[in-house]
Amino acid sequence: MREMSASKDAALRAINKPAALGPDLDISQYSRQPKNWEPCPISNLPKDILQRALEVGVLPVQEGRSATFFQIDHSVIFRAVQKLFEDKIEVMSTKEALEKYSWLKDYWWKIVSVDTDKYTALAELAWDQGYFIRIFEDQKVTIPLQACLFISTENLNQNVHNIIVAEPGSEAQIITGCTLHSSVQRGLHVGVTEFYIKEDAKLTFTMIHNWAQNFDSRPRSGAIIEDRGVFVSNYICLKPLKSLQMYPVAYCKGVDSRARFNTIIYGMGNSYIDVGSKIVLQNDGSRGEIISRAIATDRAQIYTRGFLQGEHENTKAHLECRGLLLSDEAMIYAVPELVAEAQGAELSHEAAVGKIAEEQIQYLMARGFSRSEAEALIVRGFMDVSIFGLPKDLEREIQKMIDITTGRAL
Amino acid sequence: MKETILEVQNLSVEVSGRRILNDVNLQIRKDEVHVLFGPNGSGKSSLIMAILGFPVYRIVSGRILFKGKDITDLPTNERVKMGISVAFQNPPAIRGVKLGGILKYLVPHEEKINDIVAKVKLPRSFLERDINVGFSGGEIKKSEMLQVLAQGGDFIILDEPDSGVDVENLRILGAVVSDMLRNRSALIITHLGVILQYINANVAHVLMNGTIVCSGSPVRILGQILNEGYAWCEKCQQVKTLRCEL
Repeated sequence: MREMSASKDAALRAINKPAALGPDLDISQYSRQPKNWEPCPISNLPKDILQRALEVGVLPVQEGRSATFFQIDHSVIFRAVQKLFEDKIEVMSTKEALEKYSWLKDYWWKIVSVDTDKYTALAELAWDQGYFIRIFEDQKVTIPLQACLFISTENLNQNVHNIIVAEPGSEAQIITGCTLHSSVQRGLHVGVTEFYIKEDAKLTFTMIHNWAQNFDSRPRSGAIIEDRGVFVSNYICLKPLKSLQMYPVAYCKGVDSRARFNTIIYGMGNSYIDVGSKIVLQNDGSRGEIISRAIATDRAQIYTRGFLQGEHENTKAHLECRGLLLSDEAMIYAVPELVAEAQGAELSHEAAVGKIAEEQIQYLMARGFSRSEAEALIVRGFMDVSIFGLPKDLEREIQKMIDITTGRAL
Repeated sequence: MKETILEVQNLSVEVSGRRILNDVNLQIRKDEVHVLFGPNGSGKSSLIMAILGFPVYRIVSGRILFKGKDITDLPTNERVKMGISVAFQNPPAIRGVKLGGILKYLVPHEEKINDIVAKVKLPRSFLERDINVGFSGGEIKKSEMLQVLAQGGDFIILDEPDSGVDVENLRILGAVVSDMLRNRSALIITHLGVILQYINANVAHVLMNGTIVCSGSPVRILGQILNEGYAWCEKCQQVKTLRCEL
């Protein structure tokens, strides 16, 4: 308990500390008065909520997912593991989990610092649950788990703190969809997620965001990967919002540990988006890869960052960041950074930002495509997720979402 | 006299304000194969781009007729749909756009795609690859030839189909081109004329400094160029009596 109060103290000291990046938000302008939601089977939820959830990859039925966690505003309304997977995984709210497991405090604010900025502090001082997911030792979960963090109240502030533990030798895919009701325009979502990838475990985590034009989002994530562990994190944001800033970090702590970040951003309207990924290579054979694709249209401002840090010899990582401008009023700022602190840390990057090459359009027109068909084809190709090496089902779902977005835009 | 497929009349073209084609005239009739020679930078590829209507190649004067219709102001896609198939020399790489996807757009029938892929002898795995991304020189030529076959037009434009291709692949491509040009018209750019071993070209033109300076028998012109270089063509331009015509 002393530890818990220590993190409260640290949070109190940081509650006015602006984040290192992104527009500074006045956190007092958001409401802390949620709607009250009673627990119920997800299929009983209103159709419009289920539809919105579906758009961020969360299925309205349990079939097709090994486990489901569903939170609306500050209430956990549903959480269940399918019978077949009961001895493989557990899913509950982090509140429940902290009561159940005394050891969980050793996983709480251990990768992400509580005093990082005012948003982490807020998540400590005004904590609204979030999920705890654990994949048991040596269990391979073949069907994805899903979690939905939903906002149903105008101008609400929702602060979740999630913990994911992939025990040694386990394997799983998690899909998290964060979205809101179509009537909600404003609000602030703070999502702290701490990932523990133990020895020989493999976790593919996919987060899909779908917010509204005046909505702000500040995810704060960190991962530790032990010996031979593999962590793949996919982030997809295809809808406009007011501001988004995140810079998740993966520490490849173990021997032969691997981390990979894939990011797809489609910036529209007046969106201000600042998304980076950071990998720290800390042991022999650690490997990392960051791939990002950003499209900016309308007046969107996108900062796309990547940071590779080689702290140990015999480590290797690559960063590839591409941006496509579809409007003269939009902006993409690519910031790739490499820091080598040991000999034999092999780090590389490639970054390219620009508009669609006229030469490519002409080439496709010479095959019979109209100009707009050619542009659509190039944009769709730019957002081709097959390079991410995702599980096939997930790849199809994500590609479908992207096709809808790019199809609408062009 | 057979009908005219392509007619280029007094065509002058600029790129970024710089004149690159000057008063070019060209007439290609049905079933005729024309070859275009010329030193590097003489405007051969530019002529092709202008015929295709790439906007960078601004037409200052003259016009282009295809099958009797003035296409000077038509967008590229509408021109090719009238029956033009083209293989480019240096096509751009486009990430995420699969070669197979383009072929499928051009030929909806899987069987026909299989047929032409077999003809060109490009491994099927290439259909799943991003077009021209990491393709070798020879692979680009084959991929372009595949697309020409898929387009199925009756007027074929080939920009250096034979450059940078090894002997074995040249044989494959030569056979494909030879087969394709039966009952079709074509305009073919070639540097060393290697492709002429596989096809019967009717007329050759020499383009120098953006102007056609000589037209005549492909074999004779090529022989002259190979023996004496384009310097000879330059001289010939000045002393009209030296023409190596039919």
